[in-house]
Amino acid sequence: MELFDLTIHELHTMMLSRRVSSVEVTKAMLARIDAVEAQIGSFITITPERAVADAEAADRRFAAGDADILTGIPLALKDIFLTEGILTTCGSRILHNFVPPYSATSYEKLKARGAVLLGKLNQDEFAMGSSSESSAFGTTRNPWDTTRIPGGSSGGSASAIAAQQATATLGTDTGGSIRQPASHCGCVGLKPTYGRVSRYGVIAYASSLDQVGPLTRDVTDCAIMLGAVAGHDPKDSTSVDTPVPDYTAALTGSVKGLRIGLPKEYFISGLDPDVQAAMGQAIGVYRSLGADFVDISLPHTDYAVATYYLIATAEASSNLARYDGVRFGHRAEGATGLLDMYTKSRSQGFGAEVKRRIMLGTYALSSGYYDAYYVKAQKVRTLIMRDFMQAFEGVDVILTPVAPTPAFKIGEKINDPLQMYLSDIFTIPVNLAGTCALSVPAGLSSEGLPIGLQLVGKPFGEETILRAAHAFEQATEWHLKKAPL
Amino acid sequence: MKFQPVIGLEVHVQLKTDSKIFCGCSTAFGSEPNSQTCPVCLGMPGALPVLNKKVVEFAIKAGLSTNCSITPRSIFARKNYFYPDLPKGYQISQFEDPICQHGWLDISVNDQTKRIGITRIHMEEDAGKLVHGDISGLEECSGVDLNRACTPLLEVVSEPDLRSSDEAVAYLKQLHQIVTWLGICDGNMEEGSFRCDANVSVMPLGAAQYGTRAEIKNVNSFKFVKQAIEYEIQRQIDLIEDGGTVVQETRLFDPNSGTTRSMRSKEEAHDYRYFPDPDLVPLVIDDAWVERTREELPELPEQMKLRFITKFGIPAYDAEVLTASRPLAEYYEECLSFHSNGKAVSNWIMGEVIRCLNDSGTSIEQCPVTPRLLTELLKLIDSGTISGKIAKAVFDEMWKSGQEPSSIVEEQGLVQVSDSGAIEAIIDEILTREAGQVAEYRSGKDKLFGFFVGQVMKASKGKANPALVNELLQNKLNG
Repeated sequence: MELFDLTIHELHTMMLSRRVSSVEVTKAMLARIDAVEAQIGSFITITPERAVADAEAADRRFAAGDADILTGIPLALKDIFLTEGILTTCGSRILHNFVPPYSATSYEKLKARGAVLLGKLNQDEFAMGSSSESSAFGTTRNPWDTTRIPGGSSGGSASAIAAQQATATLGTDTGGSIRQPASHCGCVGLKPTYGRVSRYGVIAYASSLDQVGPLTRDVTDCAIMLGAVAGHDPKDSTSVDTPVPDYTAALTGSVKGLRIGLPKEYFISGLDPDVQAAMGQAIGVYRSLGADFVDISLPHTDYAVATYYLIATAEASSNLARYDGVRFGHRAEGATGLLDMYTKSRSQGFGAEVKRRIMLGTYALSSGYYDAYYVKAQKVRTLIMRDFMQAFEGVDVILTPVAPTPAFKIGEKINDPLQMYLSDIFTIPVNLAGTCALSVPAGLSSEGLPIGLQLVGKPFGEETILRAAHAFEQATEWHLKKAPL
Repeated sequence: MKFQPVIGLEVHVQLKTDSKIFCGCSTAFGSEPNSQTCPVCLGMPGALPVLNKKVVEFAIKAGLSTNCSITPRSIFARKNYFYPDLPKGYQISQFEDPICQHGWLDISVNDQTKRIGITRIHMEEDAGKLVHGDISGLEECSGVDLNRACTPLLEVVSEPDLRSSDEAVAYLKQLHQIVTWLGICDGNMEEGSFRCDANVSVMPLGAAQYGTRAEIKNVNSFKFVKQAIEYEIQRQIDLIEDGGTVVQETRLFDPNSGTTRSMRSKEEAHDYRYFPDPDLVPLVIDDAWVERTREELPELPEQMKLRFITKFGIPAYDAEVLTASRPLAEYYEECLSFHSNGKAVSNWIMGEVIRCLNDSGTSIEQCPVTPRLLTELLKLIDSGTISGKIAKAVFDEMWKSGQEPSSIVEEQGLVQVSDSGAIEAIIDEILTREAGQVAEYRSGKDKLFGFFVGQVMKASKGKANPALVNELLQNKLNG
């Protein structure tokens, strides 16, 4: 047993009984980061001094009897979360020098509970990508096979868990950016219902789709982390004011009588055979636990990727307008005028994928094209939403693969955007519908790569999918498998 | 050929809220650059807007006061364009489904009443401003001051129902009066709290279709609006008569030369790529909210004018002057709580009070002669203690010292002389002294009566009761 390999709840029990201090755990974690970071590249910024200071403060809280489940737990954040006084790049050259003056609400909440910040994690630039290859700060490698991508965009958030470089992490999910890397790296990742977690201080990619969520070693940790960051935030008008339940209390271990839907559109030919096999096994596990399966249809699934790439890029084209070199971030040298400064700063600051999406989105919103693209995409989005709502009239949870294949090779799809976009085919519809879903480890491929299972819940049905994932975890050992580092 | 001008106005009304429309920063004018900013109005990554409820209330008030319907579910949209004073690279505004729609105002020009349609009123945030030139020792640089960024604005868009610069000014003045009356805007045109863009076109008289319009920016006083529109109408007519065609473009008014010049053509116009802002949920306004706001509305100038005419019996002209601003109307009405003669009070306000306010550049709120003091003065006239003429002198003294009129009258011995014996003595003295004039008068030169009154008043230092002087003089000269 290594300190860096434990869960939040295990560490908490040990800290509470003074078998270990937060400083010891944190130092063990920093040493682990040192040992494996060169192979993996999970981090953009490591904050050892901050981590030790946080850990010392946490230990004082334990001494004062004022400790919380997250007190002293070493965490790391995707570099999309603003952290006051700590470099925040969003994986982009345009923010290579951006030290924010305030912190994201979700980080503030973790900090208030005494969590320890280890650093900021690598990601696709502006969360645009499925492989973490589009970062301006290097490619993160999959700890299970360092020739492969960890998934994206929250690749660093997943690889840091798999490589035992953090006890838990936060990521964001706009079209699958938590679930897909969680699946590829063999950890638990949850995208909450839109509005469940505040977006304040999280760099926006596509505002109507972005959600903050945890990546963890097991489902219990996932429930703990979600409970810590969920809740209404007066600074985010789209955050919803509904009570936050005790998600750990939902983990009863029972799925007896749970109605699980299997959408026929998700079990298509062309699905990787290992993924297909893992899904079959998972269905068997649930059957043996007493769950009932129902064949369902989500008829507009085929349109989801196209719809997503209109809505997300349209919003992104506007969200990324603020990176103009005027007030913060990269400003090109030697510009001859305002337009030249804009053009040069943005040309130098943004990477190819970001530019591609800005152009797509700008086009979709242009006068004369708006109705044909943006408005139509919104209509299809409504249909996709309706698909899910209708399906949930007859089932409690929908089970699907997270991704059509296990992690692919670095460089395999980077020059083929369409293939890259299709790797999110099973996760994107959930964001469009605005509901919640998670990825839980459900197998290893013939090449030893993790395969995740997606459980989709009703809006604000996080308790149900956590309960179902937890029951699966209790009945299997996939979450105990370690990356062969 | 005769031409018919067609004008529509877009008016930006800066709302008088304490804080900005989407964050808690102060809206105070004239502070140190960028001292009233936060991550939201600086357009920092990750920052999100939260709508200021007060802005919505002000918008509803403006809508109800201009006969608009209030949209039950209105939407905020992003207007995308790049400029250094626009920190997010888009302005949060409203495009489809603005908060107020389909209103109107009745304006009056040359005693003719005309109804001007209001297409819409929408809420939006203002941009910051650029400061050019020397900034903290840096030469040749431009600075960005974002204190004004995110300040709440209403944009009031009229129908193209205006047909002359006079109508445009009348409409603008009425709108200005309403928003200041409601207390939602300070109305300061110099500081840009109330600013106007004019859409101007001309068409042959009787034509069915409007001509091509030019949008004139930067017309920031009633005078400039008139000047700019008149210049633009003439420019377009001249152009057409010379065989040219008007092009759709944005033009800038230059107040120094009184002319307009091209700023950007239709081809150079921005494609603003409006789309609903995903950071703000639709604004739902139920009937109860509208009704609650309606109940909070003050009596509007038109209604108050009618009430003044019927309740206080003053002429329409007086009522118009007295309702020019809400504080003035309130001043008048407060006077009437101390004094019952509506016309006498009106005369004094329209005469002495307004004259002194104008001469000294004082606002009615700061008027040193309060309604109670003014009516005390009127009561001294009513009781015959002082004459109207003396009262004017007393008023000037009150203006300077803020003293009670009765103590001024007492201290300066200005009490009117109504003792007939004393007045008769003066008259006798005058008639003896001016025996020649008396003879002329008696031989039929009636006009000289005024001369004798004047002499008596002068001899009494204005204190003699004028009515009594008249009466006694009549007796002496004609008896």
